[in-house]
Amino acid sequence: MDGSAGPFPVTTHLGRVIASVPVGARYHRLLAEAPALSAAVEPGQFCHLLCPGAYLRRPMSVWRAGAQEPLGFLFRVAGPGTAALAGLREGDTLDAMGPLGRGFTLDPGWGRILVLARGVGLATLSLLARRAVSLDIGVTAILSARDPADMMAEAFCGAVPMDLRLVHDSDGSSDPAAVGMMIEAEFIRARPDAVFTCGSDRLLRLLQEIAARHGVLGEAAIEQRMGCALGLCFACVRRIATPDGPRDLRVCREGPVFDLQSVEAW
Amino acid sequence: MPDLSVRIGGLTLANPVMPASGTFGPELGEVFDLDRLGALVTKSVTPEPRRGNPTPRVAETGQGLLNSIGIPGKGIEAWIAYDLPVWRRFAAPLVVSLSAPTASAFAEAARALTVEGVAAIEANISCPNLEADGRAFAAEPGPAAAAIAAMRGATRLPIWAKLSPNTGDAAAVARACEEAGADALVVANTILGLAIDLATLRPALGAGMGGYSGPGFKPIALRLVWQCAQAVRIPVIGCGGIATGQDAVEFLAAGATAVQVGTASFIQPAAMLQVIEGISAFCTARGFSRVSDLTGIALPSLQRIAAE
Repeated sequence: MDGSAGPFPVTTHLGRVIASVPVGARYHRLLAEAPALSAAVEPGQFCHLLCPGAYLRRPMSVWRAGAQEPLGFLFRVAGPGTAALAGLREGDTLDAMGPLGRGFTLDPGWGRILVLARGVGLATLSLLARRAVSLDIGVTAILSARDPADMMAEAFCGAVPMDLRLVHDSDGSSDPAAVGMMIEAEFIRARPDAVFTCGSDRLLRLLQEIAARHGVLGEAAIEQRMGCALGLCFACVRRIATPDGPRDLRVCREGPVFDLQSVEAW
Repeated sequence: MPDLSVRIGGLTLANPVMPASGTFGPELGEVFDLDRLGALVTKSVTPEPRRGNPTPRVAETGQGLLNSIGIPGKGIEAWIAYDLPVWRRFAAPLVVSLSAPTASAFAEAARALTVEGVAAIEANISCPNLEADGRAFAAEPGPAAAAIAAMRGATRLPIWAKLSPNTGDAAAVARACEEAGADALVVANTILGLAIDLATLRPALGAGMGGYSGPGFKPIALRLVWQCAQAVRIPVIGCGGIATGQDAVEFLAAGATAVQVGTASFIQPAAMLQVIEGISAFCTARGFSRVSDLTGIALPSLQRIAAE
């Protein structure tokens, strides 16, 4: 089944895998033909993927999507579920439920955004950055990884032009203090209209502080273990500041993208 | 087309399939028309607001799900003000799951829920009883009956007692709830379990233990339905690992009048529709003109049929 919208916007789409390729030592990318779902997904939204052999679905942020484009996921192979996904081969069926959650805000009037991604968080921010460039919004991307072998800069931007800054644990350049100075320098060089982050609570705190001080809008995509991914089970909550005070909001429903300053320590 | 309608106490349902509490909400209406269900069952409402348990709140383990959500919610007053109007938009009968820390709190909350739009109250007596060192009401006949009896005195609405598998004698608890005035039994809630995260060597759930549900739990739930259906004359609603029409027919044959589908909806969000269609197809293929004729057909005595 591959038709959605109407009164029932969420459904399970049976896509056909067209590429399943390891990326570096720990990651994997999966591309599938699922036209209705791919066209409907907004940057920051996610799909709930059936993993052959595992019982529960796995929530996965969307790495590639668009009208007439394959649906893509880039993920770390971390356990039996993601290993099963990585085991899918060309021609296999990918059962993807979606599109799910609230995505990023992207204002076509903006001149530049800054994205700060750690590890596989760059998969979530990649679609946003590419969409921004297609809207003539400049992108400064600071990507953080364990070491150069773990860095997926190519997977992040492909051939799309962006200002990339790569930092690594292996040479100390990913230390939050160093990254903080790098962000401050970028604010002077080309001040962004908004900032976005995913993948690290430490970098989230850092960006909250800098964005607040500069009075710049921001959003963060949050990861959390999920059950249903539809807002039914309340497994995936995160403490979020709201006008009514702090609330445990559902990452699958009110998120996974939240206002940067609203995300509180759990 | 077989007659799928069933009677649960004074309530007639268009078909025997409904969600299990805690796995359902109006949000599922983004996937299919919820009025195709026999009934709607809410997450447990509690007298006071509750934050719930620390994350992670779910873990996959074997062929099933371990959860310890902790019944987060805004409390009954806000639930009636803000959530009930949303539920009233649906036509299917609304069953409100209720959890409370004492028998008198169950009674008070049952009275508050006796309002237009609520068709029945499902008493979640698997929650900790503050008057018994936190042991679940449903662990023993006495506290289970006390909670049901207190509610019985406070509401005219049908009361469904949701029993727990975490007890030594489910049939005795079932009988005690029937005698205390329950109109039906829901059998059963999740069974306590544990999973260890091998990366951290700590419990996989933030709260430690959790309730196990899903296909791995099905034979245990089916056995409990079988035992309880022979112990009481009120209808039994089967719950535990049901994902297909065949699963549901097993529960009906073991004595259930209706079934609840829970964790299966996390895997296939339209699982409940598949269960309805599967039951219907089974009845047609096997010549059952009414789904209610399946109830208790596998029981060793005909006591269930006589009770209808």
